[in-house]
Amino acid sequence: MTEPVKLLVGAAVERMEDARFLAGSGTFADDLVREGMLHAVILRSPLAHARIIGIDASAALAMTGVHAVITAAEIGGDIPLIPLRLAPLPEFEPFRQPVIARDKVRYVGEPIAVIIAETRALAEDALEVIDIQFKALTAVTERGSGAHALFDGANDNVAVRYDAGFGDVEGAFAVADYVRTECFSVQRHTALPMETRGLFAEWDSVAGRLIVTGATKVTFYNRRTLAGMLGMRTEDIDLIEIDVGGGFGVRGEFYPEDFLVPFAARMLRRPVKWIEDRREHLMAINHSRDVACELSIACRSDGMFLGLRGKIFSDMGAYIRTNGGVVPAKAAQFLPGPYRIPHVGVSVEAFLTSKTPVGTYRGPGRFEANFFRERLIDMVAGDLGIDPAEIRRKNLITEEELPYPINGLVPYEGPTAYDSGDYPAAFERTLSEIGWTEKQNLQGRLINGVRHGIGLGCFVESGGAGPKENALLTLEADGSLTVAVGSSVLGQGLETVLGQIAADTLSIPFDRIRVLHGSTTLLDEGFGTYHSRAVVMGGSAVLDAGKRLREKILQRAAERLGRPNSELRIVDGLVVAANGAAISLASLARDGDLSADGTFSNTARTYSYGTHAVHVTVDPRTGAVNILDYVAVEDVGHAINPAIVHGQAIGAIVQGLGGVFLDHLIYDDEGQLLNASLADYLVPTASDFPTLRAITLELRPSPSNPLGAKGAGEGGIVAVAAATANAVAAALAPLNVEIHHLPLTPARLWRLIKDARDRAAAA
Amino acid sequence: MKLPSLDYTCPATLTEAIAALASHDGEAKVIAGGQSLMPMLAFRLAAPKLLVDIGRLPDMDRIDISEDGVDLGALVTWRRIERDARLAQAHPLLVAAIAHVAHYQVRNRGTVGGSLAHADPAAELPGIAVTCDAVITIAGANGTRIVPAAAFFRGGLETVLKPDELIVSMRLPAWRRGRRWGFAEFARRQGDFAMAGVAAYYNLDAQGAICDAHVGVIGVADRPMRLREVETVLNGRRPSIELVRHAADAARGAVDPPDDIHAESAYRRELVGVLLERVLASAGDIDMPEAT
Amino acid sequence: MTSVSVHLRVNGAAATMTVEPRTTLADALRNELRLTGTHLGCEHGVCGACTVTVDGAAVRACLMLAVQAQDRDVMTVEGLGDAAHLGPLQRAFRKNHALQCGFCTAGILTTAHALLMDEPDADEDRIREVISGNLCRCTGYLPIIAAIVEAREACRGMQREAAQ
Repeated sequence: MTEPVKLLVGAAVERMEDARFLAGSGTFADDLVREGMLHAVILRSPLAHARIIGIDASAALAMTGVHAVITAAEIGGDIPLIPLRLAPLPEFEPFRQPVIARDKVRYVGEPIAVIIAETRALAEDALEVIDIQFKALTAVTERGSGAHALFDGANDNVAVRYDAGFGDVEGAFAVADYVRTECFSVQRHTALPMETRGLFAEWDSVAGRLIVTGATKVTFYNRRTLAGMLGMRTEDIDLIEIDVGGGFGVRGEFYPEDFLVPFAARMLRRPVKWIEDRREHLMAINHSRDVACELSIACRSDGMFLGLRGKIFSDMGAYIRTNGGVVPAKAAQFLPGPYRIPHVGVSVEAFLTSKTPVGTYRGPGRFEANFFRERLIDMVAGDLGIDPAEIRRKNLITEEELPYPINGLVPYEGPTAYDSGDYPAAFERTLSEIGWTEKQNLQGRLINGVRHGIGLGCFVESGGAGPKENALLTLEADGSLTVAVGSSVLGQGLETVLGQIAADTLSIPFDRIRVLHGSTTLLDEGFGTYHSRAVVMGGSAVLDAGKRLREKILQRAAERLGRPNSELRIVDGLVVAANGAAISLASLARDGDLSADGTFSNTARTYSYGTHAVHVTVDPRTGAVNILDYVAVEDVGHAINPAIVHGQAIGAIVQGLGGVFLDHLIYDDEGQLLNASLADYLVPTASDFPTLRAITLELRPSPSNPLGAKGAGEGGIVAVAAATANAVAAALAPLNVEIHHLPLTPARLWRLIKDARDRAAAA
Repeated sequence: MKLPSLDYTCPATLTEAIAALASHDGEAKVIAGGQSLMPMLAFRLAAPKLLVDIGRLPDMDRIDISEDGVDLGALVTWRRIERDARLAQAHPLLVAAIAHVAHYQVRNRGTVGGSLAHADPAAELPGIAVTCDAVITIAGANGTRIVPAAAFFRGGLETVLKPDELIVSMRLPAWRRGRRWGFAEFARRQGDFAMAGVAAYYNLDAQGAICDAHVGVIGVADRPMRLREVETVLNGRRPSIELVRHAADAARGAVDPPDDIHAESAYRRELVGVLLERVLASAGDIDMPEAT
Repeated sequence: MTSVSVHLRVNGAAATMTVEPRTTLADALRNELRLTGTHLGCEHGVCGACTVTVDGAAVRACLMLAVQAQDRDVMTVEGLGDAAHLGPLQRAFRKNHALQCGFCTAGILTTAHALLMDEPDADEDRIREVISGNLCRCTGYLPIIAAIVEAREACRGMQREAAQ
């Protein structure tokens, strides 16, 4: 009666979603087809800043097979504004994006018209003959261009400025032995999921209902938003989540098309499909990063940190979209990182330019903040003659100091504290894995024409954001289990992870579990997937529902078998009593509904943490960087599926390395995006970074949730620029090159080296 | 990014192909592997009324090796070059350069004729053609003509091809025995177009001095270039560390690359010097002192 | 611009596609034959998601016109094995967690299949070089390369069978 139960939680089980993807039988937005379906193409602004004088679509409308050209005039009335879902500072309100441009365009790619035609190709043909007259206005492409206010009624292009912090920063700087200030920046780039966005909207004229498929991330929120914009009841709209080809923060927010495509379907009473093409993806989906920072640190001469002062300057692009001020706010919040810094002051300036609006991309603000801080720490270590590892070791928060409050850095958030962990342990593990001590003699050395450098970057990363998530578990009449959850799946393996949790809780075989997610049809309310919250929140909700369902199952079985609950257990699809009597789950389910709701609410965040270490070589003649070894150590509390966690880490590191070396959305002075193709917007390929190691620790579970899990989706990216740039800087230190700005393109590194040599020669 | 509306024909003979090209007042375009043209169509940067698919023309996918040189039919793919074991002897520079062309899938479809006709300034084959004094055979409504590679490229994505003409083949002069050679390019990622590339070869005369030096560069001008100044530096001198440096400096001085989104001009200029140094060092088995 | 009929073999069976000449092979496979396992990630020949094999060679199906596939033998991911009968390459991908969102996966599988059928002894560097023509944003590529390396032996058996 006591044979050990093999638990799935904690095991690297194969993913339940893989078979369909591997067989090509997944269903993505562009795979949907309906009788009578029409295709939408968006005409986007070719200019960064202009008045729209007139739109002549007559030639397009005259083409056979073109059903409509929808402009602001067709939408009429007040053009709906995209709401601020996160970080909704009131200062941002005037800068919200209308779902379609009426009088003015403010970035290249802003929607002006929607062409609806029988085929996508035909709609593109029609787009070419729509004549729009513009009056070009001066584009603003950098901070401080106040002479050209982009919004009527605004004096300049600053959307918000605020100060925040804790302690006595001025006092700390006043008494410090040593102070250093440097300016850094991270370039504008974006997530680039492999599937572009896509929506499929169907209008049911009879029922007056709208169904939008292809939604994800925050479907319930987006449904409410859409209902408000269309003047419909929320319950008359459903948003359906199907397979999704990657999200990384950018996909699933409410974009202009999330209104335009359903609007078109309702207007034409026909199913309408819109698939973003890659060119428009690069100018339409949220951009991210694009943060500059002036960072000052105050230290004692022994390297103990006393105070940190940061000024964050964040280019938000042309509008403030759903993510509000998350990017600059988080860049400010994560400036102190995993270190004991008693006095911290941050100031944030979010400003507008004539570029695509900015939103979150995996590790928003953190990737930037860690780069800024960890670079400065290495400079401090150099100045003070302290080993870069030693200065970190001295200042890392110890376990005894946890929970460690970091209040007051984000004006729209309440108190928060680093929850649990052993930061020094993860740090030391990283040092031993990379061989920090043994490799010190390589720092800056020239061997076979390339210089070696080893760099470190420590981080702490928030996840598991509240407020809540819901789940519904249903035992089906065939004895299988259906798990429905409000979390969204963006390709990260959530079906498997939730299936593991449900399987263990209910002792139901994994292959008898089906996980449904995201769609508004599944539950009354769901909260979605962002801020590394799906496992923490959705998983805990599934656990809660599972426990409740287990009780219900046992209760019903007790009645049927005439034995008390305490003598019953669930084994492999049967409820078995101590006396050997048994009844199948299927049989119990056929007696009537056997389902249970579960929920999990949380105000505390999880904080994963760790250290990255990188060993690079730099060819000083070409600026080419080669990564010889990369070690990322992160404590995620509890890894429900270690293989999935490992995959998140490796994938995040490679995305991060793209952000360090490749990804860059480049604009000219007129606000034209110069690289809106995958030939010119570069992301890592298989041959770029072949040697990476990710080590998942489970040292300390999170106290905030019953799984003990911490968000694990984003931690892998947040220290990549920090550690890698430090390694490159270490390699080039003998040449007196310092790194302040990303990306580290070969040409930029070459220029830094050349300028340093020219300075040395002149001196 | 759907293609613009167009007609398509797949002629069985060269004569038919030329007739089809000539029939459309300059609005017809040749397609073979399509690896350069299809992206142009997808972005609607090209919008021909008719595509003439020469992919099934007979005898245009031959690789002929003779005492006169290497003849590459217009339909020869990168994959065919990569796999033709004879070419390692017959033209090792070609093989080395072609190894850098694009990615696996593109290499299965991309053709010699397509690369020449597309005339990307950073493409490897046009660079080899110019460096090696190749000649290109062109057939058109007014008959066949043979154009030296040096005269074939007119500018960025521009050639002497007339609307009713197509490339039949390219001939590389015979590879002389004992030749010293090298090829190097620098790209942001594997398979990307080069930010700069250098091809070079020479022979040594009885005195051990360089003769018949050929040096070409890609990716640093609106078309592939021969660097005659560098060849002049090399010819008549024995390979040495000093000569390599001198030649690399001459190469830096001989190019004036444009800025682009990937790099400033000065960087590309320097790349040309560094790459030529590496090419000549490897060609001459010269152990260059380690740069700092 | 009238539609034309293209006759070819797809995944071992005769097929006919009726398409405009401007239709790419990728669109024709997806829309005419409803083989939606082939995905479009960029439509300009960079990402590799649409890779299929044509007469055994991996090609980007967005860079080939459907009409150019006349009389050709095309294989898509659906030809590698259905969800209930995964082939060795597919199984190795599942075992190694070589996919996450699954969008790029079809193109990587077809590329790897073509490679291993053609070069059964391809080493890890060669595999990495070949897969550098396929973009993946989720996995960081490491498990993909590991899966292909692992599948090599089983594919050698298939390759021998195919050769006979």
